[in-house]
Amino acid sequence: MSVPFIVFFACAFLAVLGAVLLIFSWEPIHSALSLVLVMMSLAVLYLLLGAEFIAAVQIIVYAGAIMVLFVFVIMLLNAGTEERTDASKLAKLAGVPMGFFLLLLIARWLWTSVVGTTIANGLGARSNAGVSTRELSMVLFQQYLFPFEATSILILVALLGAWILARKND
Amino acid sequence: MVSLVKIAVLLFVVMTALAYLTWFERKVVARIQSRWGPYYVGAHGLLQPLADGVKFLFKEDMTPPTADKFTYTIAPFLALMLALTAIALIPFGSPAIQVLGQPVFMVSNLDIGLLFLFAITSIGVYGVALAGWSSNSKYPLLGGLRSSAQMISYEVSLTLSVVGVLLIAGTLNFNSIISGQSGYYFHFIPRWHVIPQLVGFLCYITAAIAETNRIPFDLPEAETELVAGFHTEYSSFKFAMFFMAEYANMITVSCLATILFFGGWLSPFPDSWEWQLFIPGGGLVLLGMYCAWDTVVNMRGIAQLQFAVVTLLCLVGGAICLMPGVREVIQGPFWFTTKVIAFLFFYVWTRGTLPRFRYDQLMDFGWKLLLPVSLANLVVTSFVMIVPYLRHG
Amino acid sequence: MDPGEEKRLSVIPISYYLVLSAILFGLGAVGVVFKRNIITILMSIELMLNAVNLAFVAFARAHGQIDGLVFVFFVIVVAAAESAVGLAIVIMLTQNRQSLNVERINLLKF
Repeated sequence: MSVPFIVFFACAFLAVLGAVLLIFSWEPIHSALSLVLVMMSLAVLYLLLGAEFIAAVQIIVYAGAIMVLFVFVIMLLNAGTEERTDASKLAKLAGVPMGFFLLLLIARWLWTSVVGTTIANGLGARSNAGVSTRELSMVLFQQYLFPFEATSILILVALLGAWILARKND
Repeated sequence: MVSLVKIAVLLFVVMTALAYLTWFERKVVARIQSRWGPYYVGAHGLLQPLADGVKFLFKEDMTPPTADKFTYTIAPFLALMLALTAIALIPFGSPAIQVLGQPVFMVSNLDIGLLFLFAITSIGVYGVALAGWSSNSKYPLLGGLRSSAQMISYEVSLTLSVVGVLLIAGTLNFNSIISGQSGYYFHFIPRWHVIPQLVGFLCYITAAIAETNRIPFDLPEAETELVAGFHTEYSSFKFAMFFMAEYANMITVSCLATILFFGGWLSPFPDSWEWQLFIPGGGLVLLGMYCAWDTVVNMRGIAQLQFAVVTLLCLVGGAICLMPGVREVIQGPFWFTTKVIAFLFFYVWTRGTLPRFRYDQLMDFGWKLLLPVSLANLVVTSFVMIVPYLRHG
Repeated sequence: MDPGEEKRLSVIPISYYLVLSAILFGLGAVGVVFKRNIITILMSIELMLNAVNLAFVAFARAHGQIDGLVFVFFVIVVAAAESAVGLAIVIMLTQNRQSLNVERINLLKF
């Protein structure tokens, strides 16, 4: 049980716990906080996978901006306790075990299939070091320059759209 | 192992610095307002932070009955934890000075240090927003909403104003940024980033004051406006944690300003001027002599004893700093601390002097003035950096 | 990176990350289907996007290509744009229907 394994299992446990809390919370604000927990543990997992820039971007953009937006909207709309659903009992009784078996099936396939075993320990042509910001930016600004500029236009469109949708109509 | 010792020492130093920053602020603001400030508790009010700490511990810890208990409890912990984590990334002195193979003056040396610091700052919004929401009361909700909106607005300008420095330095690592600022123009003006990036520095310092919710940008927690903003319903130790988190954020932002714009732990004098090695020790000895004069002439009773102890500490510290082995080592932390204290003084000075912005003026200023200026700074800097490459094709 | 750190990064098999990604994706899908509050549904969609991001980063590491990380970057950007517009729509809906319950937004049902 080396340190990376302990870190991995701790973060995986926290991520799954956050996801379960997201689904089972009654208050939207608790769901938002659980999602933030998921994102932070995923950021640590990205660090474990060597993608340090992506981990930082995940925290700054996803956990620090998008989730703040969610928390804002929940606070603005005063979203209180969710109403009780009257979903059928059959869905709950049959659905959860079936979902669990499906998950076990996928896990077993992943473990024993060709895909799983070839990439299980394979690390490709790269060295064991992680990806530095410089390498990532080289690829981003040379090969993927057009998608980069297109996403900036996308953000502009989203900004204008959100502003027009949410303003008061006098 | 060495890391744990460093973390313990750093934590102790930072908590003491927080406590005495409150004393410093109260004294400076008082002198600006033509009064004395804390004077009674200990010589020159130096034991006031201790009295404040004891007061906070002994106050009754109330929780509003309709508050969301879990969120109400974790919000101040989150704020303080993030504020203190940010200080672990900061280098206080040269990385060349090492004990057991590890640099003494920094806890961690991340390659993406600056980015990580901004990540921690951006999560800091949650402490404020959650505190405002979970108190389940009008004033905290309004204060929390306004404060978090202000923080995320000025965060954009904060990060953009720093990108100019990154273009010049070419790296996100704090030590490399600092060593990129060594060297001198004309042999005596230090090559600090504030000179080519003056606009960036001004944008940064404005955005930083807004980000830490200080006057003139502190409408969300002003006492005349919203009772106490997002921490209205907090008492005793949780309020103390918000208080400490605010001051810790101030310290972090000042440390970042020194590292990015003012050369970090580098000395402003060229290395060839040997006499600068005596400045820390000499300064402390002079301070000790002033304290001695003050003890004898002005102090009476127990204050005289307390101040005599302070005098002794100053003189002994000064003597240690003058010893040949310690002289070179203490240079880095000394210059770093001096610059940080200068920034903190500037913070407290603006607090005592300027009136506060109205909330809509504040948001207008952030989005309509500061953001375009930071962007323009970025565009101009990148243009200037690329012109030499355009010539050569 | 020092040698100790190199060793650290290569120990965990990639399939572990993929299973975690599958679990998170499944839980996000359950959230989208079973929850009633529209903001919680949007958050479950974000959870699914995060699971996909984890799979991308894991594969980028396995095959040694940086393109996976560039994809993650774009997914995060697109998620930001989508959340902004989605939440603006939610605000408008709340102004019109005064409820955050998805079952109340049924004017187009036959």
